[in-house]
Amino acid sequence: MSSQVAAMPRKTRGPWAVAFAKLATDRAAMASLAVFLIIVLACFSAPLYAKWAGTDPFASTLDAVIQIDGADVPVMEQSTEGLGLGYTPIGPTWRLGNYFLGADSQGRDVMARLLYGGLDSLLIAGAATIFTLIFGTLAGLIAGYFGGITDTVLSRFLDVLWAFPIYLLAISLSIVTIAQGIAIGPIEIQSGSLWLPIIIIGIVYIPYVARPIRGQVLALRHSEFVLAAINLGVPGWRILWRDILPNITTTLIVFVPLMMALNMLTESALSFLSIGVQPPAASWGTIIQDGQALLYTRPLVALVPGLAIAVSVMALNVFGDGLRDALDPRSKVRLGRD
Amino acid sequence: MKKVLLAASAAALLAGLWLAPAQAEYLKEHRGGTIRLLARSAAGTLDPHINYTDQGWQMYQPIYDGLVTFRKAEGVDGFSVIPDLAEAPPTVSNDGKSYTFKLRKGIKFSNGQDLGVNDVVASFQRIFKISGPTSGTFYAGIVGADKCLADAKTCTLEGGVVADKVAGTITLNLTKPDAEILYKLALPHAVILPADTPAEDMGSKPIPSTGPYMISAFDPNKGMTVSRNPNFKQWSEEAQPDGYPDVVQYDFGLSEEAAVTAIQNGEADWMFDALPSDRLGELGSKSMDQLHISPLSAWWYAPLNTRMAPFDNEKARQAVAYAVDRNTLVKLFGGKVLASPVCQVLPPDFPGHEDYCPFTKNPGAKWSAPDVDKAKQLVEESGTKGQKVTIIVEDTEISRSIGVYLQSVLTNIGYVADVKPISPNLQFTYIQNTNNKVQMSVSQWYKDYPAASDFLNILFSCASYREGSDASINISGFCDKDIDAQMQKALDLGVTDQRAADKLWAAIDKQVTDKAPAVGLFTPKRLDFVSKRIGNFKFNPQFNWIITQSWVQ
Repeated sequence: MSSQVAAMPRKTRGPWAVAFAKLATDRAAMASLAVFLIIVLACFSAPLYAKWAGTDPFASTLDAVIQIDGADVPVMEQSTEGLGLGYTPIGPTWRLGNYFLGADSQGRDVMARLLYGGLDSLLIAGAATIFTLIFGTLAGLIAGYFGGITDTVLSRFLDVLWAFPIYLLAISLSIVTIAQGIAIGPIEIQSGSLWLPIIIIGIVYIPYVARPIRGQVLALRHSEFVLAAINLGVPGWRILWRDILPNITTTLIVFVPLMMALNMLTESALSFLSIGVQPPAASWGTIIQDGQALLYTRPLVALVPGLAIAVSVMALNVFGDGLRDALDPRSKVRLGRD
Repeated sequence: MKKVLLAASAAALLAGLWLAPAQAEYLKEHRGGTIRLLARSAAGTLDPHINYTDQGWQMYQPIYDGLVTFRKAEGVDGFSVIPDLAEAPPTVSNDGKSYTFKLRKGIKFSNGQDLGVNDVVASFQRIFKISGPTSGTFYAGIVGADKCLADAKTCTLEGGVVADKVAGTITLNLTKPDAEILYKLALPHAVILPADTPAEDMGSKPIPSTGPYMISAFDPNKGMTVSRNPNFKQWSEEAQPDGYPDVVQYDFGLSEEAAVTAIQNGEADWMFDALPSDRLGELGSKSMDQLHISPLSAWWYAPLNTRMAPFDNEKARQAVAYAVDRNTLVKLFGGKVLASPVCQVLPPDFPGHEDYCPFTKNPGAKWSAPDVDKAKQLVEESGTKGQKVTIIVEDTEISRSIGVYLQSVLTNIGYVADVKPISPNLQFTYIQNTNNKVQMSVSQWYKDYPAASDFLNILFSCASYREGSDASINISGFCDKDIDAQMQKALDLGVTDQRAADKLWAAIDKQVTDKAPAVGLFTPKRLDFVSKRIGNFKFNPQFNWIITQSWVQ
């Protein structure tokens, strides 16, 4: 049997096909991808949900009254016992489109804000990931390929950036820019813009990408095919673009979900500290901050976005692990057995 | 003022005679034990000449004394100024420009030193030598203060504070009469400290005191221990009564939620910080007998920058005043039990206050409902529709909520608004800095002493606006020469006829309100949550709960 199979011409698959085949068999990774895609789809449906529910998730509606089973119920309920102190937002109604998860301290629909918050969190994390990958890769390529003084200067700069604790650096940059925004020559970013957290998060993680990329490029720079190209007089930029970049693509792809997860956590932390997404806009971090003051009476306001962050980050990490296993050349021994 | 003080001291004497046996009896029965207080953080420096916080001022009451003080009493009586280290009310001469105090004899500091006139002179000099936060305002009218303000290190206040060792008197000479000088002397910034106290911010180092208690230990990250002053002998029950607890232990660092739980469990007796809003309902129903609600002479307001678009336009400012629903803001603060809607500057029951509200559906004395249509019309007329407005708020639960609500209001009437929450440690300084060009903010003002000028003159006079400074307390940048002249007239009038002056202040309050340099939001009330064992809770309108007049056993 085995000798017959060996004698037949085998259709060879390309490395990408092999990787995707390997990934497709990783149930945990595929389940995580499915969970993450469901979250993404749900978040992108935020405007539709708000329109359908007839709610404005950014406007205070402290005097709103909703109908539940034919009865009028105020969104903010005043305590009727004792001294009648304080107002408590309505709890979950478990009716989609009608304060499904209840209201926050401004009388806003938590479900609508959760979806909008997820949208902002995903957009910031996604854009920051692209920012980090572009600049991290550029820095790694230049430092690793050109070496010498270029490498020394770039590497020391990255070392300095890396020496700061990530959150401390992100918080410091946010505090400096939060009130006035950024204005450098023709580039002007207003203080409430989502671009601020995108750029800040993007910057602080550049060394995280640049250092391993530099290491890989350094190794590739001394490989035979690159040395051959150099000796044949191929321009440096062409070698970088045609010979080196394709060889680090798998590393970059593995970075995407892992960076997304890291960026989501960082964005949430900054927004929780009021130095990320600014009110009345929502992100999962800002909703947790809003819910912090309601932990005793309405714990779901803080718990649900916290859960959303945890599930998203876990899904991205598990998927990232699966992707790394599939793309890692060292796992080709196992791939061969498939 | 002199007559008022004389009458007050006579009444005090009578009241003291009547109350003396009762207090002595109570002291015998309830004396002792430790009161445990909680706060999220310390109130800053321990130095009473520098500390300018509610938290600090409240704690100084049983520790330090001035020549005069606010009566340690509840209700409006607590606003009256009575002699403290001075034997009697001052003798006023030189057309109201000289005040002579006779110092009590036999008083010792907690370190055993005798109190003398030299300590008084040195204390007044120290206010300037350390560049105290109110040296340039409250005490700038003392003769020689101008030189001290110009060169603090060589300050002598020559001719301003004159001591007579033989007679045991101190004469305070002013450059012009000041109707509010006794209020200013009754504040912690003018307490008497030992003459050898270094002329620098003492930070975490306790300074010897004359009151029934002294600070025996302090760690800004952990807490403060206040124990009995072994050298204290009560000289005036109304000015500085002996206290009930042997020790006041003030611990820092616990969150508000944890503090509530500690008080509920009897592990602590009181918390300084505001109660968390999501515990109000529960506490209001289950712990009613442990809650004390007291009126405050305070103002939550939203300053509008009158020197920047769009609020350099009076109609734009009035539009915001019409559109804000004060009931909603009251709701955000915890409900009608804890706050009342306002339109004007002076708080209710404050000197010069006359109910007035032009920015409501039915203009008159009281606020009734927002008039959003009128607001939108004013925005149209002002030509400012569509302009961008940024609201700077403190990053605290209440302030952030108010900011988000105001953002909704501004968006509704036609502006493009956003909110910036800034750390509570920075926000007040940030909005006072004219270089930051803050268009709108949310702030609070709590009276220093019960006088209309403490709100109107400080917050809205031309002199309070300092271009390029980070301490421009006139956050709105409001300056109306006509109103300014009237304020000066009211200050002068107060020297001879306080009632007429208060009438004039009422008129000024209305004029300032009409110009809408700020939107009045609400008047808050103080909610104190105490443990079950706290007895004899007394609330002083000037310095809040009189801690050591409560007992724990």
